[in-house]
Amino acid sequence: MTEPRRAPESPTMEMTSNKEVLRRIEYTGDMLLNMGPQHPSTHGVINFLVQTDGEVMKRAIPEVGYLHRSIEKIGEKCTYNGFMPYTDRVDYIAAMFANQGWAMAVERLLGVEVPKRAEYCRVIACELNRIASHLISAGTMAMDVGAVTPFPYALREREFINDLLEELCGARLTYNYLRIGGVAFDLPEGYADKVITFVDHFEKILVEFNRLITNNEIFVQRLAGLAAIPREMAIDYCLVGPNLRASGVPFDVRKDLPYSIYPELQFEVPVGRGEMGAVGDAWDRFSVRIAEMKQSCRILRQCIAQIPKGETMAKVPRKIKFTEGLEAYSRIESARGDMQYYVVAGGGENAYRVKVRTGSFTAMGIIDVLSRGLMIADLVALIASLDVVAPEIDR
Amino acid sequence: MTPEEIQACLAAKFGDAVGPLQPANKDPWVEVKPAALPEVCAFLKADERLRFDCLMNLSAVDWPKQNQIHVVYHLFSYARRHGFILKAKLDRAAPTIPTVEPVWKSADWLEREQFDLLGVQFEGHPDLRRIMMPDDWVGNPLRKDYAEQPQYHQISTTRESPLDGFIRLDEMKKRAAAKAAEEAAKAAPAPAPAASSAATATGAEAPAPKKELPQ
Amino acid sequence: MQGWIDSLIRGWGQDPATWPWTQIVYVAFMGLFAFIVINFAAITAGIFSWAERRVAARMQSRVGPNRVGPGGFLQWVADAVKLLTKEDLVPAEADNFLFRIAPYFMMVGFACVFVALPFSHRLVIADMNIGIFFILAVTALIVVGIIMSGWSSNSKWSLFGAIRSAAQIISYEIPAGMALMIPVLLAGTLSTQGIIRAQGGWPWQWFVFDNPATFAAFFIYFISALAEGNRTPFDLPEAESELVSGYNTEYSGMRFSYFFLVEWGNMWVMSALASTMFLGGWQIPGVSAAQLDAMTGGRAVAFELLSLAIFAGKTLFWVFVVMWLRWTLPRIRVDQMMNMCWKYLVPVSFAAVIFVAGWMLVVRAAPAVGTVTHWIMFLAAGVLPAAFFINRVARNIHDTGDKFDFTSNW
Repeated sequence: MTEPRRAPESPTMEMTSNKEVLRRIEYTGDMLLNMGPQHPSTHGVINFLVQTDGEVMKRAIPEVGYLHRSIEKIGEKCTYNGFMPYTDRVDYIAAMFANQGWAMAVERLLGVEVPKRAEYCRVIACELNRIASHLISAGTMAMDVGAVTPFPYALREREFINDLLEELCGARLTYNYLRIGGVAFDLPEGYADKVITFVDHFEKILVEFNRLITNNEIFVQRLAGLAAIPREMAIDYCLVGPNLRASGVPFDVRKDLPYSIYPELQFEVPVGRGEMGAVGDAWDRFSVRIAEMKQSCRILRQCIAQIPKGETMAKVPRKIKFTEGLEAYSRIESARGDMQYYVVAGGGENAYRVKVRTGSFTAMGIIDVLSRGLMIADLVALIASLDVVAPEIDR
Repeated sequence: MTPEEIQACLAAKFGDAVGPLQPANKDPWVEVKPAALPEVCAFLKADERLRFDCLMNLSAVDWPKQNQIHVVYHLFSYARRHGFILKAKLDRAAPTIPTVEPVWKSADWLEREQFDLLGVQFEGHPDLRRIMMPDDWVGNPLRKDYAEQPQYHQISTTRESPLDGFIRLDEMKKRAAAKAAEEAAKAAPAPAPAASSAATATGAEAPAPKKELPQ
Repeated sequence: MQGWIDSLIRGWGQDPATWPWTQIVYVAFMGLFAFIVINFAAITAGIFSWAERRVAARMQSRVGPNRVGPGGFLQWVADAVKLLTKEDLVPAEADNFLFRIAPYFMMVGFACVFVALPFSHRLVIADMNIGIFFILAVTALIVVGIIMSGWSSNSKWSLFGAIRSAAQIISYEIPAGMALMIPVLLAGTLSTQGIIRAQGGWPWQWFVFDNPATFAAFFIYFISALAEGNRTPFDLPEAESELVSGYNTEYSGMRFSYFFLVEWGNMWVMSALASTMFLGGWQIPGVSAAQLDAMTGGRAVAFELLSLAIFAGKTLFWVFVVMWLRWTLPRIRVDQMMNMCWKYLVPVSFAAVIFVAGWMLVVRAAPAVGTVTHWIMFLAAGVLPAAFFINRVARNIHDTGDKFDFTSNW
């Protein structure tokens, strides 16, 4: 199974509502399978209307919105600082990045320079969070393919990161660590040693993890060549982050549009090379994440070695106000890729419009096209390989 | 390429349809006439110097004061590594704009989202239906004048505050003390001479109302 | 066991051939044995459910159930009681009769296997001369139960599970059956006890090391048995990440527990069959079957227990291997499952049968060839892989360690 398993075709339909979608599927005589919203493998509350002919799917239409909390509307009602805890809820698996995107957007509006030490704290927290997020992604992907053991292995390592982040900011999931103009707390005493202990331990575990699942023959057979996304298609559908890099595009916001202190750090951008099947297949997406965890370890080591002394908060006015209509746009490399905040300032202490563009949202948009001709078991692997997180889609 | 050069390219090709470069705080943008949008976008994608192969972000902003809805396109070129921002200003009463879905596939879901939340009609979009809200939801939540419907399928969209009926502890102590003082004042006239003892009595009674804490 | 009952009747001073109550005594003993066998099956399945959870927990750096009884050993009793007292839900749209009856089909198909399965030298309910055939036949009842449950649930996920299971179990019956024919060929009998008697106590006397074809046949049988027992990597009919829970999605309470009882009990069946057919069964190293036959009194009881222990030890080892595989491997896809069966296992199993038939002619002509091959196979296919495996495990433990303790400096 080395060649791509299906040729993508453009989706064309003139359906006006979801009910119409259901009605048309039933007319064709195929089986309509409602996968989700309560299904073990949809990674949250997502529904897939799966049109199948036996095991082979004709298409799977993603149906999102079950977790829509209108975070963008909340952003219009809160002060700039007050919105920070809500950004955690945009992506609960990698909340630090959502914090950072918001902080950077408002800092661009303010024109504040963040102190060096705060930037280092941010990067340490973010890279720890990236490892945690990729561990969840890799573990759940293995579980969706049927291997249960890698998941507890991944969660065991994530637990150490949760402990580290808990020590840093008091929360294990929704961190609310970053502030506009800096970070809430400086690194606690002895934190550097703990991070290095963890990184030393984790790099060994990564080798074991690869032996356990990444190079497992059945795993490779299941994923190699599955739902390969060619380079142009990935860009056209605006895939970002590891999904894009797996398709062979060496683009990383940390490297190509550098922000924070990333220009001072040495790291590589892993790219999918189609070692097992086609470029951009599900296995590439998996292995790119594994490789990224290794790079994150490298970044953590450098950060711990280079971190300077100093302040962790810039001078920021207590009440942040802008003239109406000012706007800023920030891009950061989240665990799920290019995360973008578009902020239009209102006259008062609130933002006028907040738009959060997340990686999962566009990744969901490609599933309909990719799913044609796959099997039901492959759909599960495809969803997992795109690493979608339901609240990040719906916001 | 810098935004200035990109704007110059567009102005040379499309003339009046593309406005001047507007320096916002950090990210400059140009205004595009809605009717010209598909050609401008196709040009941006196809032109060898520009090569905007990705529509990164599509947002819409409601401006009731100007009676306008702005649709903002954040473009990025992976080939040339530069970005650009387009804006289209629509009439708020009938916000209609041609779709860019044929140019960039990512516009499919991004446009559906703005259609759902702000009610922007993207003409020619192949699958323009609600994405976040239910099909039979009324209104577009991110409009500034949006008023939530009170009920959705007999489910109330508002709820009583769980804090109603609860009183802060210090407030309660204050009330209890006031009540005790009142009772003491009532009781006081009978043994009128012993005013000082009544004061001590209220002091002794004060902790008692703590038992009346609501569950 | 008929002979033993006859001798019991003679002990009472009656002649079993003419005594009018003979048939009644037979029926009474049949009832007693059925009771014992079903209880044995249910209790082993229960204990395996606990063992599997503990084994899985150890493999996944967890603790597992450890609250009920010593080491959580009584967890399975607690679970059984819980399941028995739960509401027995039947979906409104389900086919009521089939839905209720389906678990019993599985139970019957599963429990009947124990009739022909040996436990030790003398301990077997019925040493039938068609033992293997009987086992293969009654196991097929399980698939009927699965299809019934999947279809009658009136749920698409259940139906998917049932259809997958039908395709899988029926396909893998063929390589499993062909692989089991090889020991039958070598022993010249279908009786399970006869096949064990044809092997010896030492590993190089087992059928698995008899010749290259039997070695292949053992793994073909083992893979097919995994598939027939719905164990990972062949747990497609109940793939929880794809089909929610497959054919038993809609079941609850006691009926649900039957499915799992059968699944866990099946581990004993497949492993016992593997050790019977290929691994020398209850044979005690250094003691031949004829010597065991001749023993009487306490010595006979002691050796009987020893043979029981050897058989149980071999079986439990393979039960552990089955668990080990389940918690290590991912699940394969439907088309890969079918490919594997029809493109690889079926042709290889047919080739192996033909090879063994020819091999027997060669060995009959020159018996020394057989003895030498035993030894070569034992060293090349038994000792070397085991040494390689131990080496790999030692390296892995050396690389990353076996246990992590972050509590001290965390």
